[in-house]
Amino acid sequence: MRRFSWFNATSLTLGFAFLYLPMILLVVYSFNESRLVTVWAGFSTKWYGELLQNEEFLDAAWVTLKVAFFSSTIATVLGTMAAYVMIRAGRFPGRTLFSGMIYAPLVMPEVITGLSLLLLFIGIGLDRGVLTVVLAHTTFSMCYVSVVVSSRLSTFDQALEEAALDLGASPFESFTLITLPIIAPAVISGWLLAFTLSLDDLVIASFTTGPGATTLPIKVFSAVRLGVSPEINALSTLLISIVTVGVITASLVSKRAAVQRRREEQAAQRTA
Amino acid sequence: MRRAVLIAVPYLWLLALFLVPFIIVLKISLSDIALARPPYTPQLDLNEGWAGIRAFFAGLDFENFTFLSTDDLYWKAYLSSVRIAGIATLCTLLVGYPIAYGMARAPLEWRPTLLMLVILPFWTSFLIRVYSWIGILSSEGVLNQFLMGIGLIGEPLTILNTNTAVYIGIVYTYLPFMILPIYSALEKMDESLLEAAEDLGSSRFSAFWLVTIPLSRNGIVAGCFLVFIPSIGEFVIPSLLGGSDTLMIGKVLWEEFFSNRDWPVASAVAVVLLLILIIPIVLFQRSEENAREAGR
Repeated sequence: MRRFSWFNATSLTLGFAFLYLPMILLVVYSFNESRLVTVWAGFSTKWYGELLQNEEFLDAAWVTLKVAFFSSTIATVLGTMAAYVMIRAGRFPGRTLFSGMIYAPLVMPEVITGLSLLLLFIGIGLDRGVLTVVLAHTTFSMCYVSVVVSSRLSTFDQALEEAALDLGASPFESFTLITLPIIAPAVISGWLLAFTLSLDDLVIASFTTGPGATTLPIKVFSAVRLGVSPEINALSTLLISIVTVGVITASLVSKRAAVQRRREEQAAQRTA
Repeated sequence: MRRAVLIAVPYLWLLALFLVPFIIVLKISLSDIALARPPYTPQLDLNEGWAGIRAFFAGLDFENFTFLSTDDLYWKAYLSSVRIAGIATLCTLLVGYPIAYGMARAPLEWRPTLLMLVILPFWTSFLIRVYSWIGILSSEGVLNQFLMGIGLIGEPLTILNTNTAVYIGIVYTYLPFMILPIYSALEKMDESLLEAAEDLGSSRFSAFWLVTIPLSRNGIVAGCFLVFIPSIGEFVIPSLLGGSDTLMIGKVLWEEFFSNRDWPVASAVAVVLLLILIIPIVLFQRSEENAREAGR
């Protein structure tokens, strides 16, 4: 039985305090009565009330959710296709360029991605708005999806697909009945990743957005440039709680699925 | 046929929305600013046929790049971005290594929880994590109140709007990228090697220095690149936490575009930034390949 040594316990405590104290302080000060964020003047939930009555924030939140939903969904389809092409399609002309274009956006500074997409949209005369932000977000997040999905695709046994084809399935059936269920967890986490990347993005959205398509990060950024504001603290608290609940639920669900699978495997071994 | 469609759809998407935009940036970086819509010349006029294309190419030049190299602001901004990213990466390593080490040596049943605690901040908004430090570092902020409360300092320290605040911001937001690769390297390490070193008479410190550090080298290298590369082009952290004298190229590009409306210079800044980034990216890929081959 291992225990924590005093050194490891100290470094972990300090490390996690560093990671979590700033967020805990945000949450605490969101319940502060005073507008002066640094002076504690008693407990209050009034900033949540003000936040929920602020039309601009609500509109921006709605735009952000729409953009995140559409861009992550399209990115998941395109990214899964791209991963399948990279792992399964073999050689084809221009393969090196293709893999380059999948990995390059991962290391491209956001200011460059944003600038180049904006210049494209202006060049082809596309009006900037929700659509352009969706196109921009889809492009960079499909690369993340394809990295997540291709790592799953490359580890699974291709013989399963071949068996399905031998037994008379069409390539499409073999994909939907065999491949997709096996890579489903990777596809789902790819979608979640794309969704959060889109929710989070300030720089690319600022470049590619237009009138009527202000996203929440753009709104938050212009508010916090002027300093700390209690409404933003309240908003941050809401976002932090949603993410925390989501991540903990996801990890519990996947843990239970793992336990379930182990039990089924044991049962299968007993019957065999 | 199906295979062709499968390849074509993501391929064309990336060509149209990644490669073509980049070529446009390259082209505009060779153009000149103009009071027009769009604000640069020359414009490609295909109606004039071959003569139009020739006139277009004749109008392109490297003037913006000459301008970048003669104006102090730009090369200072590039140098200062690289320096800030480098110092911040080193700080992240110093903060991240002990945490990764503590996680890798923690009791087995604790490790999934610790891992989740490291990954959780990654899912929360980047902007909010940077913002949270404004309230801590400002002159009436939590940190100054605390330090004055315990009597360590008499007057508030100026941390917000300095480069120190930028370092703190980068360390804080990129810490998971440093911890995770180092943790996975340390976790794979065979601890009986340390016992062997100690049996052979080495002190605990020199065993750590001679055995643990070299065995976690791949993790350290990967973590440093994962922090260094994105920090160079960082925009949010310097603009929220940095001061007016914090020079970072991402911020310069943003202002060149949004405030000065000088598209050609902004594009040239982007092209040079990319050229600078190619060096660490190629080094990173090479070290990853070496690590993969060594692991085989």
